[in-house]
Amino acid sequence: MPLSDTSPLLEMRGVCKSFGPTKALQNVNLAVPRGAIMALIGENGAGKSTLMKVLSGAISPDAGEMRLDNALYAPKGPHQARTAGVSMIYQELNLAPDLSVEDNIMLGIERHRLGWLRRSEQHRQVQSALRQLGREDLDLATPVYRLSVGEQQLVEIARALVLEARLIVFDEPTSSLTGADVVRLFEVIDRLKQAGIGVVYISHFLEEIRKICDCYTVLRDGQTAGSGEIAGTTEEQIVALMVGRTVSELFPKIGHSPGDIVLKIDQLTGRKMPQHVSVELRRGEILGVAGLVGAGRTELLRTLFALDPVRQGTVRVAQIEPPHSPHARIRAGLGFVSEDRKTEGLAQSRSVADNLTYSRLSPYARLGWLNLRRRQAAVSDWMNRMQIKAQSSEQPVAALSGGNQQKVALARVLHQQADVLLLDEPTRGIDVGTKAEIYRLMGELAANGKAILFVSSYLPELLAVCDRIAVMSRGRVREVRPANAWTEEEIMSRAVSLEESLTHE
Amino acid sequence: MNDNEGDARHTKGFSRTWDYLRAVLGPLAALLGVIVLFTVADFLFADGTFGTFRNLRTITVQTCVIAVAALGMTLIVISGGIDLSAGTALSLAATVLAWGLREDIAVRVWHGDNFATASAKLEAAQQAVLAQQGQADSTASRREQFELRKMRLKAILVQKLEWSKSQLEEAPDDERAKLQSRITALESKLQRLDVPELVFRNDRAWQAGVPNSAWSAYVALAMGILAGVGAGLLNGFLISSLRVVPFIITLGTMTIYLGLGNMLSGSVPIRPSMEYHVPAWLSAITRNTPDALYWGFPYGVWMALILGLLLALVLRYSVFGRYVFALGSNESTARLCGINVAKYKIAVYALAGLFIGIAGVYQFSRLTVGNPQSGLGLELRIIAAVVIGGGSLSGGRGAVLGTLTGAAIMAVIASGCTQLGVENPVQDIILGTIIVGAVTLDQVRQRRWSRE
Repeated sequence: MPLSDTSPLLEMRGVCKSFGPTKALQNVNLAVPRGAIMALIGENGAGKSTLMKVLSGAISPDAGEMRLDNALYAPKGPHQARTAGVSMIYQELNLAPDLSVEDNIMLGIERHRLGWLRRSEQHRQVQSALRQLGREDLDLATPVYRLSVGEQQLVEIARALVLEARLIVFDEPTSSLTGADVVRLFEVIDRLKQAGIGVVYISHFLEEIRKICDCYTVLRDGQTAGSGEIAGTTEEQIVALMVGRTVSELFPKIGHSPGDIVLKIDQLTGRKMPQHVSVELRRGEILGVAGLVGAGRTELLRTLFALDPVRQGTVRVAQIEPPHSPHARIRAGLGFVSEDRKTEGLAQSRSVADNLTYSRLSPYARLGWLNLRRRQAAVSDWMNRMQIKAQSSEQPVAALSGGNQQKVALARVLHQQADVLLLDEPTRGIDVGTKAEIYRLMGELAANGKAILFVSSYLPELLAVCDRIAVMSRGRVREVRPANAWTEEEIMSRAVSLEESLTHE
Repeated sequence: MNDNEGDARHTKGFSRTWDYLRAVLGPLAALLGVIVLFTVADFLFADGTFGTFRNLRTITVQTCVIAVAALGMTLIVISGGIDLSAGTALSLAATVLAWGLREDIAVRVWHGDNFATASAKLEAAQQAVLAQQGQADSTASRREQFELRKMRLKAILVQKLEWSKSQLEEAPDDERAKLQSRITALESKLQRLDVPELVFRNDRAWQAGVPNSAWSAYVALAMGILAGVGAGLLNGFLISSLRVVPFIITLGTMTIYLGLGNMLSGSVPIRPSMEYHVPAWLSAITRNTPDALYWGFPYGVWMALILGLLLALVLRYSVFGRYVFALGSNESTARLCGINVAKYKIAVYALAGLFIGIAGVYQFSRLTVGNPQSGLGLELRIIAAVVIGGGSLSGGRGAVLGTLTGAAIMAVIASGCTQLGVENPVQDIILGTIIVGAVTLDQVRQRRWSRE
C-alpha cells in the first residue's frame, strides 16, 4: 500500500435510511482513513447499528453512496460485503459452539476439491491468520464452546482475516470481556492496524476509545454530529456532540424528598438471581440500580413483580406481603416497565389504547363488557398528558417510535395507579428529547410521592436522576450509597467486584 | 397501490376504519368473485342452476357446520393457539347427541333404565325361565327364537298401524286413499300372525316406550354440546398446566376424542330412529324443506349468524375479548399486565368447545347419524376457514366476518365444482391452492404493513 495514498479506505457519503415515518439515518457522512482505528460514537438509538447494517449489507440505504478503496461499494447482502472485504464482529458472537476452532473459522469458506475438504490447506490458512493475531497457540481442534469469550472473539477475527478483510467493524467488543481479555483484544486490534486493515470501533466507553482509536465520528439522532482526531479533543467535547445539549437541559431537576418506607425487600432470593437482596425504598425516592449486564438487576425487578419465582425472602409493599402473582403485585401498587418493549413490554400489534389499559380495564368494565367511549376519553387524556405522538389511540404501537412506545408503557403503569414503579432501562433506545421528558416525569412522580426503582446501564443518567444508587453484581447488591457519594469509576469498580462490601450503606 | 395505502394510513381517524374494511373486504370480495365465477361458468358449461337462490341456500346450509366450529377456532387462533382436535371433538359431540337420543336418555337418567333396555332385560328373563323349564334343547330354542321374532314383527306392525291411523285424520285427500290401503294391508298381515296374547302384551310395553320422552332430546342436546365444552376444557387445561404447545396437545386429544366416540358408539355409527327419537326441531336446524324455512333459510343459518354476531361483540366489547387479543399478540405482555394467562387460555378453549359442540349439533342435524369418524379431517377445513378469513396462526389477528366468509368460500368452491362436474381430487387441489394463496396474500399485506 503506497503511503502517498491519502484517500480514505472507506467513505460513506450522504447515507439516508428511513423505516416508515422514522428517519434512522439522514445524510450521514463517514470516512475511515487507511491503517487507522476510527471510533464510531453515539448514544443508543443514534443510528450506529443502522449505519453498520448498511455497511455490512444487511439493509440497503435509501440514498447515498459508499466507496471502499475508491471503488463503488454497494453490497446486496452480508455475504457480498464479506467477500468485498468488510467484516463485522458483533457483540453477540456468531459461532457454531460445537464446531472446532478451525471449522468455525472456515465455516462457509471451506477449501475443497469436488466437495472433499482440503484439510492441510485450511490448516495453513487458519494458522497464518492466528499467527497474524499473535495467538498461534490456540488449539485448532477445540470446540469453541470451551473457549473463553475473548478467545471466541479471536476466532471471529481470524475468520475475517482468512476472508482477507480490508475493514473490520467491532461492535461493543469489550462489553462482555474481562479486564485481561480487553488488554489482549487491544493488542490484536493494534496488530490489525499495523497490517493496514481499517478498523471501525463502536463503543460507549470513552476511555477505551481514547486508548486505542485515532479518530472519531459522532452520530446523533441519525445524523453526523461531528468527527475529528482523538488527539486534541476533550471528553467533554465528545459528550457534548453525543448529547447535543447541555447537562442541565438533559437532566431537568425537580425537587422531591423521600417519605416513609413503601417497599421493603428482605433477603430476596430468586431461582439463580437475585441473591439475598435487602433494600428499602421510600415514597418520593428514586433508587438507581447499577451493574453490568447479567448482574441480576432485571431478575430483581422480575422477582419483585412475581414474574420470576422466589426461593426465599420477603417483599412488603406498604407493610403488606402481596401474594406471588403479577396480578396481586399490580393490586398492591407495583408497576413494572420491561426493558424489552418488543417481546415483552408491549403487545406490538394491539392499539395504543389497549396497551395503555390492559393492566386496569376495571374502570371501564361492567359485568365484563367494556364502555369503549369512556375508555377512549381516559386514553386521550393520558396520551395528552404523556405527549404520546400517534395518529390515533387505535394505532398499533408497532407503528410508533421507540420513545413513544416507551411512553405508552410508562403511561400504562401510571394508569394502573402504581405507587412503586419498577423501571427496567426505561430510556434504552429512545431519542434524547424523550429521555429528557422521561427524566422530568420521574422527578415529578417522585415529587408526587411515588417510589421509583430505576435500573439503568447508563451511569450519567443514574447519577443525575437518582437519590440513591445500589450497585449489583452476580445477583447481589454490593453497595448502596446516596447518588452524590458515587462517581462513575467507583460504580464500575463495585460492579465488577466479587466480594461483599464491608461498608454496607 | 402502495402509495395509496400509505396515504390512507397517514390520514388521521380514517386509518382504523380503512384497515378494518381492508381486512374484511378482501375475503368478501373473494367470496363474491368465486360466486360470480361459478355462476358464469355454470351458465356456459352446465345447466345454469348454480346461481339460483335455491342452490345458494343449499350452500349456505352446508357452510354452517364448518362456520360455527370456525367461530370457536377464530377465538383460539386469535389467542395464539390452534385446535387440531376440533374435528373429532365435533363428531364426538354429534355422537353423544345421537347416543342420548337413541338411549332415550331422559328416561334413563330419571329412572335408571329406559323401556328399550328394560324390555330387553324382560325378554332375557323370559328366555331364562323357558330354558329352566327344560326346553333348552337346540330345536326348541330355535323355535323360541322364531316366536320372539314373530312377536317383534307383530309389535312393529301394530305400531305402524296406529301411526297410519293417526295420520289418516290429518292427511290430505290424495294421500288418504294410499294410507287407507296401507291400513288394510297391515290389518290382514296382523291377522295372519299367530302370536300368543300374553307374550305380546309384554312387548307392547316395549313399544309404548319407543316414542320416547320429549325431554330426551333436550337432555341429549345439552349432553352433546357439553361434550364439546368438555373437550375444549380438557384442551385448555392441558395446554396451560403442562405448558406444552397447543399443536401437540390437541394432536393428542384429537385421537383421544376419536377413541371416546368409538367407545361410545361401539365403532358403529349411531342411528337414532327418525320416527321416534329425533324431534322435528332438531332435524329442522338445517332442513331445506319449505316448512322449515324462515325468511328463506332454515333457522340454523340464522342461529349461526347470531352466534357470529355474539362472538364479534364479545371480541370487541368485552374485557375477555381484549384479553384474548392480548394473549395472542404477546403472551408475555399479558402476563406482565396481570392477566391470568392460564385462566384465560382455559376459558378460550372452553368457549371454543361450546361452538364446536354446537357445530356437532348442526352436523347431526344434517347427517342424522352419530359417527365419530365423520369429524376426521374436518379440523383442517375449520382452520382453513379461519385462515382464509384473515386469521393469523401466530395469533393476535382474526375476525368473525372473515371466518364466516372463509367458510362460505370453501363451500361455494366445493358446490360449484360439483355442479360443473369437476372431480373430487381436482376440487381438493383447487381448495388447497386457494388456502396457500390466501395466506400468502395476507402475509404479503402484513409484511408491507409492518415493514420497518
